[in-house]
Amino acid sequence: MSVKIDETLTVECETGNYHTFCPISCVSWLYQKIEDSFFLVVGTKTCGYFLQNALGVMIFAEPRYAMAELEEGDISAQLNDYEGLKKLCIRIRKDRDPSVIIWIGTCTTEIIKMDLEGMAPKLEWEIGIPILVARANGLDYAFTQGEDTVLAAMAHRCPEPEFSFRSRKETIQNFFTFHSRKKEELVEYANHPSLVLFGSLPSNVASQLNLELKRQSIKVSGWLPAQKYTDLPSLGDGVYVCGVNPFLSRTATTLIRREKCQLIGAPFPIGPDGTRAWIEKICPVFGIEPQGLEEREERIWESLKDYLDLVRGKSVFFMGDNLLEVSLARFLIRCGMIVHEIGIPYMDKRYQAAELSLLQDTCMKMCVPIPRIVEKPDNSNQIRRIRE
Amino acid sequence: MKLAYWMYAGPAHIGTLRVASSFKNVHAIMHAPLGDDYFNVMRSMLERERDFTAATASIVDRHVLARGSQERVVDNILRKDKEEYPDLIILTPTCTSSILQEDLQNFVNRASIISNSDVIFADVDHYQVNEIQAADRTLEQVVRYYLDRCHRQEKWDQFLTDAPSVNIIGIFTLGFHNQHDCRELRRLLRDLDIKINQIIPEGGSVEDLQNLPKAWFNLIPYREVGLMTAMSLNKEYGMPYISTAPMGAVDMAEWIRHIQKNVNTLALSSSSKRVDYEPYIDGQTRFVSQAAWFSRSIDCQNLTGKETVVFGDTTHAASITKILVREMGIRVSCAGTYCKHDAKWFKEQIQGFCDEILITDDHAEVGDMIARMKPSAIFGTQMERHIGKRLDIPCGVISAPVHIQNFPLGYRPFLGYEGTNQIADLVYNSFALGMEDHLLDIFGGHDTKEIISKSLSTNIGLIWNPESRLELSKIPRFAREKVERNTDKFARQKGIETITVEVMYAAKEALNT
Repeated sequence: MSVKIDETLTVECETGNYHTFCPISCVSWLYQKIEDSFFLVVGTKTCGYFLQNALGVMIFAEPRYAMAELEEGDISAQLNDYEGLKKLCIRIRKDRDPSVIIWIGTCTTEIIKMDLEGMAPKLEWEIGIPILVARANGLDYAFTQGEDTVLAAMAHRCPEPEFSFRSRKETIQNFFTFHSRKKEELVEYANHPSLVLFGSLPSNVASQLNLELKRQSIKVSGWLPAQKYTDLPSLGDGVYVCGVNPFLSRTATTLIRREKCQLIGAPFPIGPDGTRAWIEKICPVFGIEPQGLEEREERIWESLKDYLDLVRGKSVFFMGDNLLEVSLARFLIRCGMIVHEIGIPYMDKRYQAAELSLLQDTCMKMCVPIPRIVEKPDNSNQIRRIRE
Repeated sequence: MKLAYWMYAGPAHIGTLRVASSFKNVHAIMHAPLGDDYFNVMRSMLERERDFTAATASIVDRHVLARGSQERVVDNILRKDKEEYPDLIILTPTCTSSILQEDLQNFVNRASIISNSDVIFADVDHYQVNEIQAADRTLEQVVRYYLDRCHRQEKWDQFLTDAPSVNIIGIFTLGFHNQHDCRELRRLLRDLDIKINQIIPEGGSVEDLQNLPKAWFNLIPYREVGLMTAMSLNKEYGMPYISTAPMGAVDMAEWIRHIQKNVNTLALSSSSKRVDYEPYIDGQTRFVSQAAWFSRSIDCQNLTGKETVVFGDTTHAASITKILVREMGIRVSCAGTYCKHDAKWFKEQIQGFCDEILITDDHAEVGDMIARMKPSAIFGTQMERHIGKRLDIPCGVISAPVHIQNFPLGYRPFLGYEGTNQIADLVYNSFALGMEDHLLDIFGGHDTKEIISKSLSTNIGLIWNPESRLELSKIPRFAREKVERNTDKFARQKGIETITVEVMYAAKEALNT
């Protein structure tokens, strides 16, 4: 299977002179998602000014985010950084009382080799609030990979599944009482091992995905990240995990290696075709036959008819900045568009294997050539290629 | 280390980039990690530029961290030289890269041997100066570079222009209403029969910088950026400069009189005639600008003695304070600026115009001061506007830092006689809006809402179960009613009595068909 992909799918690599946003931008959506969190970005004026502009008006609502601004004394190691961070964290605890403080490391902390991972456990013990460290810096990562590093760090804090066994017994008991109580209750869940989904999505989108799986009798035990830090799902041996965002390869690796979970490699639920493929990949793992997906997908395509007429036959060029490009390209090809090139900052071939395979299938189905994939693109070269 | 939510002035490299991208055919290269080039996006978005911003990054990544940039920076400079043929390439570090302490000047020297364009290293200490100071320094550096070179090559043209002419120094990209102010200054100078030699940096060409000294004198509309350049030109070439901001009727008159003095001094040695602008000043102030008339009207008299707080950059904060007090009879309880490096000048300017002075770049202090003063209106930056929203005090925005709203499509200068009208409008509307709300509160005018919502309750018979109720509460308030109505309609159509979460999403899908 993998040999076939290498032959027909070309993946190239260019110089990396492209534009993307700094990974600390993940703070702007993660602080909204995790309601009892506080994000402390340890960096310089450049980082702060960027987030100020990125958050726009939200910054005035005094969100659960702040910059620990490093000044000259901090950079030249004249001041004690542990004491500095301790003072700030105590103030955060007083003002906001979050359930977790997440330290976001930046390029600056990388260069001055600030030992955030060393200081965090000590400070956590002293002030009594969990402190997570996520290194979201532009030297190593791009844009959405910030979310990847935060979730990978958070995965370590998820509880063991002992507790989940107890709660599953309760679920089965409720299953019987429910059934006898109301006949109108639509769905009961099948008996299957825990399934945890990972990826940060707005809560109504997450609910919709939960509903789709519920229709197939699959219960989602939890999400990483959860709406509240205190509601983190249980992870461990025997727990199945599945990602919803294409840029979470490090989180996936952490879940497999450190937490010993089983990863379900599926294409991502982007677009009706992607969503269907995602469900179709999950169901067989639990021995369930998916029902009614074909009609659902058809119906959605029907409702999009006006938009499809507008885009059919038009072409797209992805310059690449957010790692979602492969899924988006696949969806647009399915809509009838032509994709010339997919630029992408970084592509993990294993984590995105199912998506790449779906891309190939979609291209064959729509009778268009498979677009070339360019990792770490060069914007000037791309502009030249667009003009040609 | 300090806890910061918001800063009034950005980091130094933004100032350098603003100056570089204002010139025509100048390309800036940032020595920075991925993501530090958000300036491109900001500029395209706020200035609504059609072309790509002429700033790119020479990416600093793990390899650079381990082995140094080596050839990468020089290669990137030479590449831009071949691709874009700029007149000048400016290399600037960012906070991150300045810690690396690479010898960027060396790279610049090596590149300039080979490249056709000139290459300069913008030498600014990122931990000492902010955006505004860096912009000032970079502009001065670029001007000095070209004038020194011209001297060395002895292409020196000593003569002043025959007719009176000026340079306007300090109009540049992402400035607060800069484009409009520039248009207004052009109009004014045309009325005064003075030619414009050059406007820098906005739209200026570095090749023309050598002709700067041909003008009779320099105008610096905003003292934050441009003053260093003017002082340098004054020292080296004896060019006089006027750094009064032509904002407000009184300062406008002073500004024009300064111009008159400069023109007449130099007219003695050239063949120009002497000028007398007093009739012009009189005509503009009393008849063309509506602001002076407005300040005598009853609408403005109502504002007499009302208390305000003013905060912003030195130019705008000082000028607005003086306008409010001198021209509109409004009291300023506290005036302040975040430009700490210029505090002395600021204090001198507004001494006697306000009760208290606040010099700080900590927005929390500003917020505390406003909460303490409880003014009727605030004139400040976007941050003060939000403080005002929180405290329910109306606010007009009079200074950077800016937001997309401060780049209006319409013509809204702050300088010149048209500027006096705009400022008067801004002041009056800020107060009026606040008063409207108070009046409605006092006289119970908010009565129309309740009746309407009552009449829409045809919800008889529909039950929302607890989960769907919870789901509904997660929807933001402004969309909630619509979602509720749509779901009710759908449920009624399908004959469903209990609304569950599935029904909600089915209704949502049905909306699209």
